[in-house]
Amino acid sequence: MASHTQDIATLAIHGGRTLDSHASSLNFPLYQTGTFVHDAVGVDKGFSYSRVSNPTVDALEKAIGALEGTAPAICFRSGMAAESALFFSVLKAGEHAILSQVTYGGTIRLFREILEPLGLHASFVDTSNPANVEAALTPQTRIVFIESPANPILTLTDIAAIAKITKRHGLLLAVDNTFLTPALQRPLELGADISVLSTTKYIDGHNATVGGSLATHDEVLAERFRLIRKTLGSIQAPFEAWLTLQGLKTLPARLRLHCENAQVIAEWLDAHPLVSRVYYPGLPSFPQYELALRQQRAPGGMISFELDAPFTTAIDVLNSVQLCSRAESLGGLETLITHPASTTHADVGPELRNHLGISDGLIRLSVGLESPADIIADLEQAFAAASCSSYAKEVAHEVR
Amino acid sequence: MKFASRLVQFDAAPGDRFRPTATPIYQTATFEQEHADRFGDYDYSRSGNPTRKVLEEQIARLEGGTHGFAFASGMAAITAVARTLRTGDEILADSDLYGGTCRLFTRILERSGINASYADASDLDTFATKITPRTRLIYVESPTNPLLRVIDLRALAALAHANNALLVVDNSLMSPYLQLPLSLGADIVLHSATKFLCGHADVTGGAVVVRDPKLAEDIYLLQNAEGNALAPFDCFLLLRGLKTLKLRVDAQQRNTLAIAEFLAADPRVEQVFYPGLKSDPGYSLQHRQASGAGSVLSFTTQSAAAARAVAEQARMFQICVSFGSLHSTISLPGCMSHASVPTEIAASRELPPELVRISVGIEDAEDLIADLDQALPRPALRRAESDLQLGWDREVRCL
Repeated sequence: MASHTQDIATLAIHGGRTLDSHASSLNFPLYQTGTFVHDAVGVDKGFSYSRVSNPTVDALEKAIGALEGTAPAICFRSGMAAESALFFSVLKAGEHAILSQVTYGGTIRLFREILEPLGLHASFVDTSNPANVEAALTPQTRIVFIESPANPILTLTDIAAIAKITKRHGLLLAVDNTFLTPALQRPLELGADISVLSTTKYIDGHNATVGGSLATHDEVLAERFRLIRKTLGSIQAPFEAWLTLQGLKTLPARLRLHCENAQVIAEWLDAHPLVSRVYYPGLPSFPQYELALRQQRAPGGMISFELDAPFTTAIDVLNSVQLCSRAESLGGLETLITHPASTTHADVGPELRNHLGISDGLIRLSVGLESPADIIADLEQAFAAASCSSYAKEVAHEVR
Repeated sequence: MKFASRLVQFDAAPGDRFRPTATPIYQTATFEQEHADRFGDYDYSRSGNPTRKVLEEQIARLEGGTHGFAFASGMAAITAVARTLRTGDEILADSDLYGGTCRLFTRILERSGINASYADASDLDTFATKITPRTRLIYVESPTNPLLRVIDLRALAALAHANNALLVVDNSLMSPYLQLPLSLGADIVLHSATKFLCGHADVTGGAVVVRDPKLAEDIYLLQNAEGNALAPFDCFLLLRGLKTLKLRVDAQQRNTLAIAEFLAADPRVEQVFYPGLKSDPGYSLQHRQASGAGSVLSFTTQSAAAARAVAEQARMFQICVSFGSLHSTISLPGCMSHASVPTEIAASRELPPELVRISVGIEDAEDLIADLDQALPRPALRRAESDLQLGWDREVRCL
């Protein structure tokens, strides 16, 4: 049969799918088991102990691998467990990693609290300029880890440009693709060695699970990840894998709507007099708009914005929303609103936050699948309530 | 309250307005916050989850600790404890250690400059000579697996503390029903919850319990930062399984003693390792520090081929790694659960190829004995069988 490359929408439903051989169940069964009976000493049917591998987790790994355009992924209990296994796989004491300086606060904490005391070092640089990566290289550098778009101000890094550098120096390149997923950005095709996902976000899409994955074309590296995973015991749970597998099927459909809604809301925010700055790769005013067009299939569902108002107003806006949920995480059906300085990046510290451009007035939106008109109406009433209440506070202050 | 009561008498859903008898499964990644700039009790399931909280508090209570942590696996629990160490620190562990723990200590921790050494902790005087000024953790299982040697935990705790080290006890083989390491002086108790705590072989999980608040803080940081907490559905299954811990272990232990006595009297069996037998060297110590000998035992047959034949001819005892479930299982430690022991350590451990380990379930004792009886090779066949080449590869199942 002539090779026909299936579209991502088809792959999300059929990719890597294997029918359950016993019952031909359309949905893969949930193998909620700790262990498997061996046929004889040393003879099993490919599964022996669920800390090592499990058929339901395996089904998810094949599905994610198909989306990533590579061999089955390796799934973990969380995105952080995936990152932790990645760094323990490729670094030993005295060795060094280069990371995007704008990155998830948990990644920074992982290095500061756990990896540094074990002698695994990191430099956090502005990877949006590839020259900074080149400048941060040391003889001990083994891996470059970038997040694009980066959490929370959506700074992009030119993956292909960084890949040229890492290939020239014989280093590994890992890309955290959580904000876009392989449906909207193809790190492995852009030259990355490892694609990292927090499956908690868009991959599951329903805010029902916590999970992570690593995907690579490199079989030796994949084997190494599996060895580290079984040793550290950080494999995904079967039920979480099953839920993720169900969620994954609608990924491309959901993302299309997330992007559509986000574009409408970003344009509305951009025109709003209270908003001083909008970070969204789908706006022509976004500083890396050209790169977004080249590197991404769509701008994604995440928006950050700053209010032309003091810190307390940002807090007031969050406290005044009624439809949007104040909750950490992102990528689910519900619109979530967060204040990075006090939540996802609270551990980073105020000095570093300012240096990174994560201002106290920054608000992050994970745009959900509600009608954009309703989300806008909610934000509008929250802006009104917040500016009124901060105006009232100012007046009260002056009177006092 | 006595242990059996405490297993079922606890608040399964603190603060829940519907007062369910079973803990609700909070299958959620995140939690809505009442305020923009400060969190409620829960914000993100990796950091904390109500279903997990009930389980963690229950396990802590049962172990007589103050802080409990549920992990995605026993190895994740051990990893978190090991991560409290820094480059240059050392671990001194008992030599009869689970293979996966050995692999973590040697193949992962060594890369961060943390070294582990091994000695027989049932010989306390010799073990003490292996302590160095850098020893931070003393790590044991008691009884050990698979040789069922009993280690004096009270004496070992005193030794550890005299040397500024912490004593870590993997209590998976006993469960808090039979042994309470914290009350014997241990600083950290941990579990592969996959085993007796779950009891139904349907969950992969782990647990850590401590009493020291600073230690608890460190473990929590690691659980959150590395993202290895147990999933909500697995927490629910564990909470469910835990309620019958005493019933299960009582039944399993009764069966085990009957099987141990049968094996000890059978001429086809060379030696039985089970501290529940009065003839076992660990018997009196085991009964001083624990309230039973558990339901895992090992024995040697007259040849490696005979050991293999027992495993493969048994019908009720299924060949599985793991132990502690309702089903009886059988394994050859040298080539299954302990195959990941590094060769240099394996050599000093001398796990005989004739060694068979069984984990006894809650089936009928007579059926189980009859099964082992038919599986043990008849004396007439012994020579022919022992001439068979062993075809299996030591590394084939490196779990």
